[in-house]
Amino acid sequence: MSAEAHPGTPEPNHARRFTTIWLIATVIATPLVILLLGPELPPGKASAEAAGQVTDNTVLLGMATPVLLLVLIYLAYAIIVFRQPKGAVLEGPAVRGDARLQTAWIVITSVLVLSLAAYGTVRLEEGNGAGSGNGPTPLTVPKGPKLPVQVIAQQWAFTYRYPTYGGVETTHLELPVNQMVELHITSIDVIHSFWAYQLGVKADANPGVDNVVFVKPTTEETFEVHCAELCGIWHGGMFDHGHVVSAGAFEAWIRQQEANFAPATKVLPPYAKTYSPEPTRRAE
Amino acid sequence: MGVGAAVALLGVLIGLYVAEWATSLPTPVAAVSAPASSGGTQLTLETVAAAGPKYSPSHPDWVSYLVRKDGKWLRSTIYTVPANSIVHVTIYQYDGDSGLRNPFLSQVQGTVGGTETVDGKTVNAINPEEASHTFVVPQLGVFVPLPGVAEEAKNQCEFAPCEGAAHRTISFSFKTGKKGRYRWQCFVPCAAGFIDGFGGPMQTMGYMDGYINVV
Repeated sequence: MSAEAHPGTPEPNHARRFTTIWLIATVIATPLVILLLGPELPPGKASAEAAGQVTDNTVLLGMATPVLLLVLIYLAYAIIVFRQPKGAVLEGPAVRGDARLQTAWIVITSVLVLSLAAYGTVRLEEGNGAGSGNGPTPLTVPKGPKLPVQVIAQQWAFTYRYPTYGGVETTHLELPVNQMVELHITSIDVIHSFWAYQLGVKADANPGVDNVVFVKPTTEETFEVHCAELCGIWHGGMFDHGHVVSAGAFEAWIRQQEANFAPATKVLPPYAKTYSPEPTRRAE
Repeated sequence: MGVGAAVALLGVLIGLYVAEWATSLPTPVAAVSAPASSGGTQLTLETVAAAGPKYSPSHPDWVSYLVRKDGKWLRSTIYTVPANSIVHVTIYQYDGDSGLRNPFLSQVQGTVGGTETVDGKTVNAINPEEASHTFVVPQLGVFVPLPGVAEEAKNQCEFAPCEGAAHRTISFSFKTGKKGRYRWQCFVPCAAGFIDGFGGPMQTMGYMDGYINVV
């Protein structure tokens, strides 16, 4: 190493020097990342749940920043300081274990991972299961009135059923702002995934399963709807725009849908959490 | 050196084969001018329970749409229509009924007047259990259910060509919007079957789905 290459030069305390550089970089970079990058993280703040996910992503990024800096700065430090002199072919010193370093590494990474696990678990329940769905029996249910909306996935489109409005089914999703919505996501054929990006919802749509997601839109805006599970030739075509509108606009819209789709509503099966249309066998 | 060149050549050939396979599409068929009294353009289609060896030598038993061009039936599902115009569609439906997995699709949507004409009768919905196929262009909001030939009907068509066989005649019109390529599909899986019903012809261009090129 450098001490061998330059026997006359005293070897600096690399550990102290590297730690100082890393600490300074961390103290500067971490607040910058949290304050500047954090608010720009996905999926946005169109719903209370999406805003919660931004917070979670910010926490993760804030905790990852020192780790990332540790790796990058060590890499740069090693490249610069421990560079082999030009023309020299030197054997590096034998690397032996360092009990203090290994212990510190195991303890710090364990604390990081376990604290993130605890944080994630708490946030999952605080945020009503976030956006990935809670299965048919959510552990926590938000208090207060909720608007139930069923998302029915099929090859290759989503349709939406509003059981409290006569069970009308629609081809587009519209939701009232500042109203807790209880999405019941299911499929009548293969596995799909309902992804309302800006709302922070991305939940599996499985046949025969009622996957419940709670979401409270907080801003009137347009959001994207995608299928996030490869489901066949037109998987990419399962795309649409949904809208979060004022309570009055929603009421007018849903009444219009009831009128428009009255012929279809008459022949729909009674509202249920899942549907298993006949035949349930494989095609001949 | 020689081995390397051979491997590279083989790689290129495989790549070309895959690219050709992945991009091979049926020949687009343009809608023809409709009679001056109705204006717009006309598409004439038929649905058959089996395309038959004449139209589909590799998959003669696959259900399919056919389109009429210059008085002949072709197996193509890519149609070219003008932008911002009315397209009149007539479908001769030769297949039997199997029902809809989602009865919501039994209502006609997005057509002129929100209706279709079935065997001369104008309706805004059909019995979902009588559906055989659908013609749906999701991006244009066009949903048209097609009722099937009754099970007890005589002279059922086994495979295309089906002229003279029992059929239903469905017609409707829809407005095209801006230029673009819009996918269309049938929403009735084969035999309404779960899991495998949407395989084969339902996921292969040229049979039960395709594009509408609005130009």
